Amino acid sequence: MKLHVKYDFNTICKAVLQEQLAALSIPYSLHGLGEIEFERPLSADQRNKLIASLSPYGIEIIDDQKSALVQRIKETITNMILHDEQAKNYKVSSYLSEKLNYSYVYLSNVFSEVTYSSIENFVILKKIDHAKSLIINNDYTLTEIAYQLNYSSVAHLSYQFKKTTGLTPSTFQKIIQRRRVNGSLRSNS
Amino acid sequence: MNLQTLNVALADDDEDDRFLFKEAIDEIKIQTKLSLFTNGQELMDYLNLPNVILPQVVFLDLNMPVKNGIQCLKEIRENNALDSMSVAIYSTSSSEKDIEDTFVYGANIYINKPNSFTKLKDAIEKVLQINWQYNTSNLNKENFLLRL
Repeated sequence: MKLHVKYDFNTICKAVLQEQLAALSIPYSLHGLGEIEFERPLSADQRNKLIASLSPYGIEIIDDQKSALVQRIKETITNMILHDEQAKNYKVSSYLSEKLNYSYVYLSNVFSEVTYSSIENFVILKKIDHAKSLIINNDYTLTEIAYQLNYSSVAHLSYQFKKTTGLTPSTFQKIIQRRRVNGSLRSNS
Repeated sequence: MNLQTLNVALADDDEDDRFLFKEAIDEIKIQTKLSLFTNGQELMDYLNLPNVILPQVVFLDLNMPVKNGIQCLKEIRENNALDSMSVAIYSTSSSEKDIEDTFVYGANIYINKPNSFTKLKDAIEKVLQINWQYNTSNLNKENFLLRL
């Protein structure tokens, strides 16, 4: 004997979502088109539970894939700046697309969509962040730091430092030193 | 659409400044939820509430009645529970000494109140973007200083 059933995808998906979300007991509301809104941000743990409970139904959290890719982009850039000597001969765009196997246009679109900022900006932020630690440690001259971070000149590094932080490298150094003195005074008192 | 909302707080005793800030932050594309306070004490009472959802960034005016911005900054930095918050000083003072001192006391950002609405919008957007990167990337937050 054969029976034929008729079903509605939307109703099924909604029912599955409601069932699984209720099990997590986090306040939420369902919007149409696969959008779920939570009253407060999910913790990493809650998020993982949700991912795990939805995956048997073939339901995936889309943003998470994109965020995961953004995370990989950031890691690749960090690695390129800090650890990869060979990378000096590459452009960021070709380096990223070669390592991650996506076109740079795609990577750059996903990055901007998720972070509201561009890959270029992140590269600068990361380089300046590294420059800051080197400046504070005081082991290198600005010329050496510029060379390490692949700047064409000290002037270019100083300019980008000022543009990114609003401070000159020397003012920055002074502030951090004063902060440390201040901190040690406070912890001694 | 795809991002969690950023929680932002502003303490400023000037009603017009609060209004402009609210208008500006509503117009930028980053989704935010803004809490407003009219002096430093109100802000600190809020931050010390049990189970409060802490803002990722708090903007502090320097000159306020009851409790001023510097006092708030110091209290915030002495409280480990508030470590995750970035503090942005939002002031009309452009004295280099004031600026340097606030950084030394632990501020992350110093913004001179801009004289146009467009500049204000740009400044807030830049702060939120960079702060976002500091919260989600492997960047050293101890060295997060930004002057606009």
